Amino acid sequence: MATPTLEKVDSAAQEASPYITVVFRIRRFNPEVSAEATWQDFAVEIDPKERVLDGLHKIKWDQDGSLTFRRSCAHGICGSDAMRINGKNRLACKTLIKDINPSKPITVEPIKGLTVLKDLVVDMEPFFQAYRDVMPFLITKGNEPTRERLQSAEDRERFDDTTKCILCAACTSSCPVFWNDGQYFGPAAIVNAHRFIFDSRDEAGEQRLEILNDKDGVWRCRTTFNCTDACPRGIEVTKAIQEVKRALITRRF
Amino acid sequence: MKIHKYDTVIVGAGGAGMRAAIESTKRSRTAVLTKLYPTRSHTGAAQGGMAAALANVEEDNWEWHTFDTIKGGDYLVDQDAAEILAKEAIDAVLDLEKMGLPFNRTPDGTIDQRRFGGHSRNHGEAPVRRSCYAADRTGHMILQTLYQNCVKEGVEFFNEFYVLDQLITEVDGIKKSAGVVAYELATGEIHVFQAKSVIYASGGTGKFFKVTSNAHTLTGDGQAACYRRGLPLEDMEFFQFHPTGIWRMGILLTEGARGEGGILRNKDGERFMEKYAPVMKDLASRDVVSRSIYTEIREGRGCGPEGDHVYLDLTHLPPEQLDAKLPDITEFARTYLGIEPYTDPIPIQPTAHYAMGGIPTNVEGEVLADNDTVVPGLYAAGEVACVSVHGANRLGTNSLLDINVFGRRAGIAAAEYAQKADFVELPEDPASLVVEQVERLRNSTGTERVAELRKELQETMDANVMVFRTEQTIKTAVEKIAELRERYKNVSIQDKGKRFNTDLLEAVELGNLLDLAEVMAVSALARKESRGGHYREDFPNRDDVNFMRHTMAYREVDAAGNDSIRLDYKPVVQTRYQPMERKY
Ligand SMILES: Cc1cc2nc3c(=O)[nH]c(=O)nc-3n(C[C@H](O)[C@H](O)[C@H](O)COP(=O)(O)OP(=O)(O)OC[C@H]3O[C@@H](n4cnc5c(N)ncnc54)[C@H](O)[C@@H]3O)c2cc1C
Ligand code: FES
Repeated sequence: MATPTLEKVDSAAQEASPYITVVFRIRRFNPEVSAEATWQDFAVEIDPKERVLDGLHKIKWDQDGSLTFRRSCAHGICGSDAMRINGKNRLACKTLIKDINPSKPITVEPIKGLTVLKDLVVDMEPFFQAYRDVMPFLITKGNEPTRERLQSAEDRERFDDTTKCILCAACTSSCPVFWNDGQYFGPAAIVNAHRFIFDSRDEAGEQRLEILNDKDGVWRCRTTFNCTDACPRGIEVTKAIQEVKRALITRRF
Repeated sequence: MKIHKYDTVIVGAGGAGMRAAIESTKRSRTAVLTKLYPTRSHTGAAQGGMAAALANVEEDNWEWHTFDTIKGGDYLVDQDAAEILAKEAIDAVLDLEKMGLPFNRTPDGTIDQRRFGGHSRNHGEAPVRRSCYAADRTGHMILQTLYQNCVKEGVEFFNEFYVLDQLITEVDGIKKSAGVVAYELATGEIHVFQAKSVIYASGGTGKFFKVTSNAHTLTGDGQAACYRRGLPLEDMEFFQFHPTGIWRMGILLTEGARGEGGILRNKDGERFMEKYAPVMKDLASRDVVSRSIYTEIREGRGCGPEGDHVYLDLTHLPPEQLDAKLPDITEFARTYLGIEPYTDPIPIQPTAHYAMGGIPTNVEGEVLADNDTVVPGLYAAGEVACVSVHGANRLGTNSLLDINVFGRRAGIAAAEYAQKADFVELPEDPASLVVEQVERLRNSTGTERVAELRKELQETMDANVMVFRTEQTIKTAVEKIAELRERYKNVSIQDKGKRFNTDLLEAVELGNLLDLAEVMAVSALARKESRGGHYREDFPNRDDVNFMRHTMAYREVDAAGNDSIRLDYKPVVQTRYQPMERKY
């Protein structure tokens, strides 16, 4: 006998079909075809317990192969598929259909503030550039110990929240300041600076604070909390930014 | 078409690729080509930890780790390689800590360690704490830390470049690597990278299964590129099925959950692993646990109306422990199943997880053209490669270790080779194969659809070459794959454009999966024994007399252009451990 598979489930499911018809209203843009972006509706049969990403796949695989989006892990770890779903930044793979009112059309658009290249794909380079600009790596002086550097569990806990970032850009592209001024570092870069500034092993906190003291730095933040709401990893982004601001004033971290 | 010249080209920016890049960038002019942005790589999905006998929390040493690795791999492990893995593990972990990796800490401030399947004290006496971890996000932390250090070292990345062909030139009768051909996603442009050395670090091939923990992008591109150029693939029949995937979805719930005390239960609430593995119980090696789960299911003790899964029970663990040690996987259960793991057990089933086989290399990461000849200038490391440290079954936490130890080794060896070697002349019209492939797909008016063929492939793989195999099921798979490969010739795509044409690339990836699925099935058919992850119900015992050897699969093309697979075998390297029966 072969390995048992789950085929049987489908036959049982037929009696009370879990499937519903959902309309996806998707912002389409392909400069090879037209300079204008348009909305396009797709009706999809889907189990409401499935993800928005599953819906996009059904469209791409069964209806229109040209629909373009990024994705990889499909469970909220790789940060590929941040998009605006019903007007809010989310990961398509972490948003279940049932949680976003499938009785109305579900709108799906690219994240804002970054140049759209095709459909839901945006240019991520400016985002990664801001990240690289905060020196996102451990900097230490003096001789390396032979074994590990010691760090107490409390010191490790101090920056735990900001280590969770997956660089999906959901926060940065939800920030009204970033929409108006692409020069602003944006929440994700500040989160990644925070991760090192508050790491007891790091010795370049001052340098990073100076970078963020810039006119496009941390002071541009107007504490709208969009970023915290948008973060699919549950990072308290606004709080992290506030802690960086406070460290800039007190020079203690 | 653009031509670039680099000393070293690395294909892939997961853990193995970036660990290699950190070394090779210091020593040679290096380009990293990656189909995903580096931080999107599937190393980031790894949860449980990275093994090293640091002995921070209890007595341990690398020799015990070596033994466990060899036993875990059901003695198909090359023992010299396993010894290197276990010995260099300690520095590999310490290096990552120095690069900034935020490991969990003990009360003394050292790196904390926890239990994991198959890792034991003194050759199997009892479980040992060997896994170094950062909550259940160890892979995420490794990937981020390595990327951070690549930024620091100024590593040059070509993001969203898909490598689709390996260039080989014969010089004085010796096959040498000349470079690679890549397709740029953003523009559709084809690039030739001439390089003195090339390192494949392009990850696994799990997407030929339906229920899998692997990302959509794990399609074995590197294995396929080398295989199509006549290089062998080793031990492809050995694929690991991880016991605890989320029921029907395959999303992984780390073995660390059992390391923290989680228990598997059948529909009667029975802790069934006590029957199958009296000492290691729920922490027996993965092949053993996956087979036990399916045995329970087949004998009618599975859970749910269909009796098609079992439970991972964490309800007896304090919520604080779950929050601190397993925050991500408990969130997966809440998000995707609507289940609260504090109070309810989680439905699970085995999920296709890890390719033990791959591109054969020696311990320096040099790729082999046959049992003992290396291909000068060609290297591989990580899940794409087969060193072989995992043999017939990989131990948990040994892959994050593998990518760091052998990623580093390959990075150093490739760069040092590039320092003294000359460029090998490119073959005539180097991009021709890729141009032809892309044009054929773009212009095809065929009636077959990529998504349909992929679905049929995944279904046949799940049904026929998963945890239990027989001659008959494998033959069914071989025939089905042959049919699908034939139909693939008639596949067409809808997007005919150049810009971000993921429709086209999914078609290319499917071609790779089909080729590799065939190699896996044909290799499995010939291995008439059961060992590690390869379990034949018609040959339930290990057969060391006939099969204590690695499979080497070669693609052969006849005069008419038809291809077939030729199987050969390679001896296992044994040093000090005699094969014994595996008991947990
Ligand atoms: C859910 C999950 C949990 C795991 N947990 C653990 C664990 O706790 N401990 C452990 O030891 N192991 C674990 N593993 C296994 C381990 O994570 C992987 O085996 C390992 O990370 C693979 O690393 P890699 O660098 O070889 O490949 P990957 O990280 O998969 O990277 C592959 C890279 O290759 C690139 N690439 C692929 N194809 C091409 C192409 N054609 N052209 C250019 N670039 C290409 C991709 O862009 C990517 O950058 C886990 C695996 C999974 C799936
Ligand atoms: S696909 Fe990886 S985060 Fe959604």
